[in-house]
Amino acid sequence: MSKDELKLTEQQWDRLALLRSMLRIRRIEEAIAERYAEQEMRCPTHLCIGQEAIAVGVSAVLSRDDVVFSNHRAHGHYIAKGGNVRALIAELYGRSTGCCGGRGGSMHLIDLDVGFMGATPIVGGTVPLAVGSAWAASLKDEKRVSVVFFGDGCFEEGVVHESLNFAALHKLPILFVCENNEFSVYTRMSERQPDRPIYRIAEAHGMAAYHGDGNDVEEVLSIAEAAMDRARNGGGPQFIELSTYRWREHCGPNFDDHLNYRSESEIESGLKDCPIANFASRLELSNILTQSVMDSFEAEFSEEIADAFEFALSSAKPSSKEAGERVYA
Amino acid sequence: MPESGMREITYAQAIREGLDQAMEQDANVIVIGEGVPDPKAIFNTTAELREKYGARRVFDMPLSENGVTGVCIGAALSGMRPVMIHQRIDFALLAMDQLVNNAAKWHYMFDGKASVPLVVRVIVGRGWGQGPQHSQSLQAMFSLVPGLKVIMPTTAHDAKGMLISAIEDNNPVMFIEHRWLHQIKDTVPETYYRVPLGQSKVLHEGDTVTVAAFSHMAVEALIAAKALMSVMGIAIEVLDMRSVSPLDVASVLRSVRKTGRLIVADTAFRTGSVAGELITQVVEQAFSALKLPPARIALPDHPMPTSPFMAEHYYPGPETIVAAVADMLGIDKNSDAYIKLTGLLVREGPHDTPNPGFTGPF
Repeated sequence: MSKDELKLTEQQWDRLALLRSMLRIRRIEEAIAERYAEQEMRCPTHLCIGQEAIAVGVSAVLSRDDVVFSNHRAHGHYIAKGGNVRALIAELYGRSTGCCGGRGGSMHLIDLDVGFMGATPIVGGTVPLAVGSAWAASLKDEKRVSVVFFGDGCFEEGVVHESLNFAALHKLPILFVCENNEFSVYTRMSERQPDRPIYRIAEAHGMAAYHGDGNDVEEVLSIAEAAMDRARNGGGPQFIELSTYRWREHCGPNFDDHLNYRSESEIESGLKDCPIANFASRLELSNILTQSVMDSFEAEFSEEIADAFEFALSSAKPSSKEAGERVYA
Repeated sequence: MPESGMREITYAQAIREGLDQAMEQDANVIVIGEGVPDPKAIFNTTAELREKYGARRVFDMPLSENGVTGVCIGAALSGMRPVMIHQRIDFALLAMDQLVNNAAKWHYMFDGKASVPLVVRVIVGRGWGQGPQHSQSLQAMFSLVPGLKVIMPTTAHDAKGMLISAIEDNNPVMFIEHRWLHQIKDTVPETYYRVPLGQSKVLHEGDTVTVAAFSHMAVEALIAAKALMSVMGIAIEVLDMRSVSPLDVASVLRSVRKTGRLIVADTAFRTGSVAGELITQVVEQAFSALKLPPARIALPDHPMPTSPFMAEHYYPGPETIVAAVADMLGIDKNSDAYIKLTGLLVREGPHDTPNPGFTGPF
């Protein structure tokens, strides 16, 4: 399927690519959720279903040399940056071919070939690392920009404010991307932070800050584009807060609405605001997306996913004898 | 007369020179810490580095120990070789998350795909009322964490050579300096040289008792060894351990197989100390070589009080080591020789300064 076959302009093709990228993440996450119950992916797994637009919209403005750091909910960021999907699935299965050779699991992802520097699950842990990477770029006069994804809960960590201060002080080329999904595990914002916008706090640290609808991929894209342009051209750190909603449980493959920590009406409106469905209808109205295109995406992803799972499951299992290796470089 | 290219300089000057030469060798070496470019220059260990290498390689920092440690780790992952400095090791506790969860784990958890070449210089205070939060000796805490290297050079020669090795090392290295070593002189080469990490050094040869000592306690042990030799003709073997992690157990075993007796002198709290770990390993591996139970010389298990009156008997010294040796060898402590020996070890001047010239404040 090509731009010419579909008779799309460059711009239309790019819009379609955003949908394709979101749908690809969704289907991969759903496949993980579906097979998680088999008890063979033996690591805590945080799915980003419902939050795909942020990973995709931001990554769309990054070049291969730009670097990304992420957190415990990292699959989408990794995939959107071009991370190797076979290595992701193999990592979940603890195989030698996993992106960490089985030493990390879902919460520790890396793919240096595409500038995905690392994701880790200590909340706030990678925020200063991204700043340090931006610092190195600045000291070496390299053009690359650092990006770090984190959540609204992370913004409560002291190290984030230390990082914002340092980045602003040294005017570093970095994008702080705050995915505000309202929840830190099961605790909502109102129990954790006073009623004031997160991005304004970042602004008070001395940097440009933006807020947008994290479920609208084109809005994410346009904010990220402007922020990236400034970061790349000496504008210093940029902070983007994007509102979104976590569909499934904090950790694990299931929906957890029986726990009653959020109301039915809230969940309903959350699921209704689907970044993929919303954008798909917009593209249909603009005659960019047709059912046959959608079908070809689905076929492509289902093949890719089947291949990735087969690759993972047929990969060698590391031996417990290797467990003590690579402690030191 | 020292040989050519050698001269006597202090430990603090040796560190400054090591930093200077490492920065000269490798443009990716950067230095950051609270007070690095200020007029006091971290006890003069960073003096004039900014003038020489500029504000893009020599940094002061916001009071954000954890954040800046993370920033240094991120920079290290992106090709830099940062040296971060804390004027007191106690301040590094604010950065434990980054040191333990990121620096120490990165290479392992990402299957060796990346590494963190980071040096963290931390200084252990002592005396002049440093008190509970400025004089802890926390090497055991860092040594609990696989992935970190922990070193404690004792002499100026080793301080420079081990600092250079630490900067060239691709792992995070905690470089622990005892404040009372800073003014001690030693013969130090002018050249750029390396002293390997993880190897102890024999400071004094002997066949009666092995004294394995860490950091400033190696200085005290050497004083004890010289006095025992000169007054009583007793030769104890003093090992300057130099590294905590990796710990050079093999050299201690070799010495203990010769002497049959072991004293470990540590600068830290007794319980959970590296001294305890070293003794455990020796007992596990050379139990039959030991004629007597090993002994630990360490700090009491309570915080350092501030008042000089309360702090007076807090620290063990050469007299503690000599007493432990006497106990092991069955020397009569009422003998003339022993009384003469301990008379030699009485320190002149106040107990809470490294030398009479030290007038505070820290």
